[in-house]
Amino acid sequence: MSYMKRDKRAAWYMLAPALLMIGVFIVLPFLMSVILSFTDQRLVPNPNVPTAFIGWRNYLRLAEDGDFLNAFWRTATFTILVVPLQSVMGLGAALLINTKLPMRNLFRGIYFLPTVISMVVVSVIWSSLYQREGFFNYAFTNLTFGTAQPIDWLQNPYTAMPALVLLSAWQGFPFQMVVYLAGLQGISQELYEAARIEGANRWQEFWHVTMPGLRNTHILVAITTTIFAFKLFTQVQLLTQGGPSSVTDTLVRVMYMQGFRQGKVGIGAAAAVVFFLLVLGISLVQRVLVKEERAIQ
Amino acid sequence: MTTRSERLLLLIIALVVVAFVLAPLFLMFATALKPDENQILRDLGNAHAFWVNPVDISFKNFEAVLANKTFPILRYMLNSGIIVVSIVTIGIFVNSLAAFSLARMQFTGRNLVIAFIVALIIIPMESVAIPLLLMMSAIGWVDTYKAQIIPFIAHPFSIFLFYQFFAAIPKDLDEAAYVAGASKLRTYWTIIMPLSLPTIATVAILQSLEYWNAYLWPLMVTRGSDARPVSLALAQFFSTPPPVWGNLMAFSVLMSLPILTVYFAFQRWFIQSTIGSGIKG
Repeated sequence: MSYMKRDKRAAWYMLAPALLMIGVFIVLPFLMSVILSFTDQRLVPNPNVPTAFIGWRNYLRLAEDGDFLNAFWRTATFTILVVPLQSVMGLGAALLINTKLPMRNLFRGIYFLPTVISMVVVSVIWSSLYQREGFFNYAFTNLTFGTAQPIDWLQNPYTAMPALVLLSAWQGFPFQMVVYLAGLQGISQELYEAARIEGANRWQEFWHVTMPGLRNTHILVAITTTIFAFKLFTQVQLLTQGGPSSVTDTLVRVMYMQGFRQGKVGIGAAAAVVFFLLVLGISLVQRVLVKEERAIQ
Repeated sequence: MTTRSERLLLLIIALVVVAFVLAPLFLMFATALKPDENQILRDLGNAHAFWVNPVDISFKNFEAVLANKTFPILRYMLNSGIIVVSIVTIGIFVNSLAAFSLARMQFTGRNLVIAFIVALIIIPMESVAIPLLLMMSAIGWVDTYKAQIIPFIAHPFSIFLFYQFFAAIPKDLDEAAYVAGASKLRTYWTIIMPLSLPTIATVAILQSLEYWNAYLWPLMVTRGSDARPVSLALAQFFSTPPPVWGNLMAFSVLMSLPILTVYFAFQRWFIQSTIGSGIKG
């Protein structure tokens, strides 16, 4: 046996464990999701009623299902609110650390902390802040000199979503901060020197050097944060269960409720496929945007 | 150039951000250390929520949480520990070995396999959870460690991270090893892996955080406390009314301590690994 041949065989042996597990635990369930989405499979099958193929009926049902459409719009709302907030917080913190601030590493280490804390713990802590007798109402009544009534932040249809957005941004912004920091450090110092020689002030420097220099970082941050926001589930399930009046329902929660809690695997799988296509679509947007940038240069 | 007053202003802004970041964490620690639940309820309604008077510090809540038979926290933490350590250690071998093969060996179909693995990165766990659960119940793995470990060992994104790193290591190293008579497996183990500690750390940290904090999958695949991880246990403790804040916060502190300890020990690597995860998508 030649060296090359032995080498080739060794290569496949090394790949085998990973490929096998990927095939069984990612590709197979993914294909099952697609197939099940065209059936009326139940989690606990009824032996008298065998599972049947029902074509596009699950998808049609989803398209007409108020709950699913509502969950889609609520997830989109959450995303539209949280992505800019979190990105601005991340960029702000990164700019702060990237200055001549004393003890920068210490600050960076502290700012990163929320991301290390489990979302379940974060939800417990913030629910104590949001409760009727909690700190937010204390601050709120004091700021309005006692004229405002205390609010049940998580039970009120107008405040529940913003409340979830705020705690999610608090937990998530260090990620954006670190990515922006890497982006800021990638901008050539010469550009700043050139801007200074031209007599640019800080503000002009920020808009004409820093922001264009971060173009790809912005795309990266926006897309990864959007995908992450689309997976919203834990904090909602813990704090509002989709309520009040379904204003905080999410796509993953619908998938979980339909496919698991109500045992309608077919519909749950259809929702999962739609969810996957949305995530795929978002990441394709990134590919196109980044390619366009490369084509320009 | 930055003047002195500008630096002072920056410092003040930085400290305001510190307050915003740390206040919820102070609340968690302070509440956990207060002995009297009625006092806790009063304090939560004002600025005392974020502070505990040092003379009032008590470990009563921790004792209560550790003695709670319905929610055996140590068991849950052990479960999480077993799950996370298994996924991370086995995963590092399986994924880096696959990446080594893809980055440093020649064979037909290699580019196809790379494209396939990169394409799989985008599949979210959420969209395969229900069929995966059907599979687990078909083979009788519901409520086991296995169901929470084995499906997550092979990880396309980790393979991709290793692949990127391995591909950048100069090829001369392998050739020298080959001339010296080393097998490919030996080259992987004695030359490539020791050079890859930063990537190993990145993968280990990203995976540990993800599975220590796992929620959706354990919610579907565990029934009792035998294999249930700690994050899900806290979620259930929290959902059992009425909330006893002192105990809840003590539970939260206990479950956060291992991760916080590791974070303070390997802070720089945590931050590096986040940049690594930014390539995702």
